[in-house]
Amino acid sequence: MVQIKVSKKPMDFAVARAPIWCPGCGDYGILEALRRALAELGLPNEQVAIVSGIGCSSQLPHFMKTYGIHGIHGRVLPVATGIKLANPKLVVIGVGGDGDGYGIGLNHLIHAARRNIGVTYIVSNNQVYGLTTGQMSPTTLKGVKTKTTPYGSIDTPVNPLALALSAGATFVARGFSGDVPHLASIIKEALTHRGFALVDVLSPCVTFNRVNTYDWFRARIYKLDSAGHDPSNYEEAYKRALEWPTLDQYGKIPIGVFYKREDLPAYEEEVSRLIGGAPIERADEWIRRIAESGDKAAKEVLEALAPILP
Amino acid sequence: MTVALEARAKAKQTLALTSNYAAAYAAKAADVDVIAVYPITPQTTIVEKISEFVDEGELRAQLIHVESEHSAMSAVVGAAAAGARTFTATSSQGLELMHEVLHIASGLRLPIVMAVPARALSAPISIHGDYSDVMNTRDTGWITLIAASAQEVYDSIIQAYRIAESVLLPVMVAYDGFLMSHTTEAVELNDEEEVRKWLPRRLDRPNLLTPEKPITMGAFAMPDYYYEIKYQVQEALLGSLDKVVEADREYGKAFGRSYGIVQSYRLEDADYIVVAYGGASWGNAREAVDEARRRGIKAGALRLRVWRPYPAEEVAKALAGVKAFAVVDRAIAFGAPAGGPVYIDTVTALRMRGIDTPGLSVIHGIGQRSMFVEDFVKVFEMLKDGERNKTVYMGLKL
Ligand SMILES: Cc1ncc(C[n+]2csc(CCOP(=O)(O)OP(=O)(O)O)c2C)c(N)n1
Ligand code: SF4
Ligand SMILES: [Mg+2]
Repeated sequence: MVQIKVSKKPMDFAVARAPIWCPGCGDYGILEALRRALAELGLPNEQVAIVSGIGCSSQLPHFMKTYGIHGIHGRVLPVATGIKLANPKLVVIGVGGDGDGYGIGLNHLIHAARRNIGVTYIVSNNQVYGLTTGQMSPTTLKGVKTKTTPYGSIDTPVNPLALALSAGATFVARGFSGDVPHLASIIKEALTHRGFALVDVLSPCVTFNRVNTYDWFRARIYKLDSAGHDPSNYEEAYKRALEWPTLDQYGKIPIGVFYKREDLPAYEEEVSRLIGGAPIERADEWIRRIAESGDKAAKEVLEALAPILP
Repeated sequence: MTVALEARAKAKQTLALTSNYAAAYAAKAADVDVIAVYPITPQTTIVEKISEFVDEGELRAQLIHVESEHSAMSAVVGAAAAGARTFTATSSQGLELMHEVLHIASGLRLPIVMAVPARALSAPISIHGDYSDVMNTRDTGWITLIAASAQEVYDSIIQAYRIAESVLLPVMVAYDGFLMSHTTEAVELNDEEEVRKWLPRRLDRPNLLTPEKPITMGAFAMPDYYYEIKYQVQEALLGSLDKVVEADREYGKAFGRSYGIVQSYRLEDADYIVVAYGGASWGNAREAVDEARRRGIKAGALRLRVWRPYPAEEVAKALAGVKAFAVVDRAIAFGAPAGGPVYIDTVTALRMRGIDTPGLSVIHGIGQRSMFVEDFVKVFEMLKDGERNKTVYMGLKL
């Protein structure tokens, strides 16, 4: 949850290095939306930790002036969970692809959702394995030809939103890389949510997915808030989640916040209650002790962290 | 099969293939039944080629693109238990993720065959080649061949089915990631009908899930029998060397190519020998032998084509009586008494036979750090200058 507010601009979260994604890649939209959301919340850079897996989208932490861990394929959420438990004062964001989060790492989504760990999980869903250059992913639509399905995929695509909802997720949303202001507002809402938040992002891979393009999505998406959807209604949320791709993979695609409830404690709150205080207080003590022994680097760390330490 | 396809399958042909494509063609020639795969660089083009074969009707295998390598190995375990001839392929992190299941495959004595274009391990992330992934599977009970050319990848995978199905152990065929997986060589393909005749399906395995003979595989073993079952794996693995030799010899008779379990280059009068594995190291080692000899050093090179079981007799025979040897390893045995995993085994093989030829452990090509022929020449020079009993980290920037 947000600790303090300072005036910020999206570029305050940028690094000197420019992203290396293909021109037009949906991941640029996610990067920009995330920077905007963080700026609007006025978060100090050092209060944000971003964890990613492996994939084109997982390169995002490289381009953010925040803490970052670029880990292994599929394990975004366990690593993010560890960070959040060790230091609940950090705003912890997970980023990865559909292959990473809905395939090899799918079980972690279910467990993060049912625990309600305070992590915002942004999935760049381009319906293909981008980094490995164009194989079928768990969200590839049935019949679509990829390098590993030249005969057209025979697998039924995963429906991540319905899955997260049934696993007990307390915040479930879908955005579109081609609509950055809307995506930024969703991410902002997710970042201030109590507990686990899933933000699935329709994020075209312009190089390897020639089916699910920006135009393809523009012709199908509609906004939930304009459609009068009530995000506190679980059953309605589930019905909306089933619309695409489960009931009609070429049908209308709702975007926006499907479901949200703020009355359940986050996992880190439960853990703190159990042990009487979050472990970060002990970590502080540790840095303080090093600083007192005259260590210059530790002193600098303490000074930099002063605004967010208890 | 259509008449045209049949004719094509029959024809013996030479194609320009990467080692990955050669692996895919070999799996096709072996007429595998079930393939379960998950893509990872540099293995991906094997998976893609196989998908094309299935699409074009050239391979009538049950192909599944599973959700991880753990699932890929698990699926071929299941399929092999049900009697199918199986194939999979992976690299690096994928092989690491499979690790748990690698032990199941050997413990259940399943004749699975897997291709592994070898790649470095995270962290930090690297997609480039070395043998860290393969060396980490050392104690999993898999027979492990390391090929040095695309032709050898093709031939070894076909031989692997012979070996696996006779010994009842899984076989891994490894080769250089990128330096072989993505470089093109001429590969002579066999007449597929002939391959299928050479590889008849074995239906008499005791470890089959069949309603006629109900068994439970992998059941709990108490301290009174667990040890014996694991010892059987050890016995089978050590004994498999004969089957590797036999399969290679028979293959040579049928198709005109065989490799042996070690390969040697100008060993006859050599004082100093470099032991290597994989295509790039072997190519460099042979060039370096010629160059070192031009510089007046009696140099020779030895290649391990079989890594598990370790061909101790053959290596000992080559290294006994020479002045010194070096092993060039493309992996690091972190924290071990010497840096190179194959060096450690080589020294052990010699000492277990009372041979005290001194050696040098050379680490090179980590994360595909360029290995130059001159580096290998330098190894010969170091040996000649009396460098012994230590680890040299070649090509390292300090
Ligand atoms: C254990 C393991 N298996 C396979 C890979 C190879 N790999 C890297 S990224 C990737 C999939 C990328 O697709 P996705 O997660 O959708 O991300 P995108 O590139 O599309 O953003 C795969 C299969 C890996 N790194 N680790
Ligand atoms: S390959 Fe696709 S996902 Fe990767 S950077 Fe290019 S457009 Fe983006
Ligand atoms: Mg993807």
